[in-house]
Amino acid sequence: MTLKNGVLDPQGKAIGHSLNRLGFPEVGDVRQGKYIELELAETDTAKAKARLEDMCKKLLANTVIENYSIELVG
Amino acid sequence: MKAAVLVFPGSNREGDVAQAIELVTGRRPTMVWHGDGDFEKVDLIVVPGGFSYGDYLRCGAMAAQSPVMAEVKKRAAQGVPVLGICNGFQIVTEAGLLPGTLMRNSHLKFVCADVHLKVETSQSLFTNRYQAGQVIKVPVAHAEGNYFADAETMKKLEDRGQIAFRYCSPEGAVDGSGNPNGSSSNIAGVFNETKTVLGLMPHPENAVEPMFGGTDGKGLFEGMVEALS
Repeated sequence: MTLKNGVLDPQGKAIGHSLNRLGFPEVGDVRQGKYIELELAETDTAKAKARLEDMCKKLLANTVIENYSIELVG
Repeated sequence: MKAAVLVFPGSNREGDVAQAIELVTGRRPTMVWHGDGDFEKVDLIVVPGGFSYGDYLRCGAMAAQSPVMAEVKKRAAQGVPVLGICNGFQIVTEAGLLPGTLMRNSHLKFVCADVHLKVETSQSLFTNRYQAGQVIKVPVAHAEGNYFADAETMKKLEDRGQIAFRYCSPEGAVDGSGNPNGSSSNIAGVFNETKTVLGLMPHPENAVEPMFGGTDGKGLFEGMVEALS
């Protein structure tokens, strides 16, 4: 989950400033997000993806301010 | 007026708001645990402040999915008034009862201070004891009170008069000086379309007795009693 474009990310800004101060002047815009790993009892990838979409919309992401992306592994 | 105050693991202002309600009604509200999918019929449901579920995932996100909130959503749809204060505001927005969301304060710090609010309208069951434009002083205590909604939603809120309170200077100027958290348009509290749901970050329940720094929050509770009794 990452904040949508246009939504101010003060934490990302603070991280960017710190990195600049630490000698990484090449760092520009920083966007901070969340990463969640889930184990699913589902082997059908299409079904798994649909269920995950549902989870993101219902709980994992706040779609007012956040985008999400899903990656299936294993 | 019969009120219910919800209690989640991590709530911490439920006692304060229960006391404020008892002060104006003479009647102790019913405390309802988050796992209770059903509770007695009441005139008002209060979602109090605190750190429900430890603020895990996002403030209010887990509480919004609890059994008691499923029931609150049903009752709100039937017109039962709902008041969400601080974490309660975060919970009711996450539950979809109010538009927008509360983000991390723009300065990234927890803010605990008295703030001034401009009452935007007296035309609601929550604000009928105040005058439109009146400035009141109440405390805030939060790290995620930075109200955000997309441009379209903001326009709707303004056009429909859904903004209840705005942060302002002691003189009533709505500008950056009185804004404690970076909220869009200095928003401190919003109504739903029917003005039966109010969410606000400040704590009117902590401004009801002179001994604790002021009584400007009392009007909110008195107004509700008048409207709901």
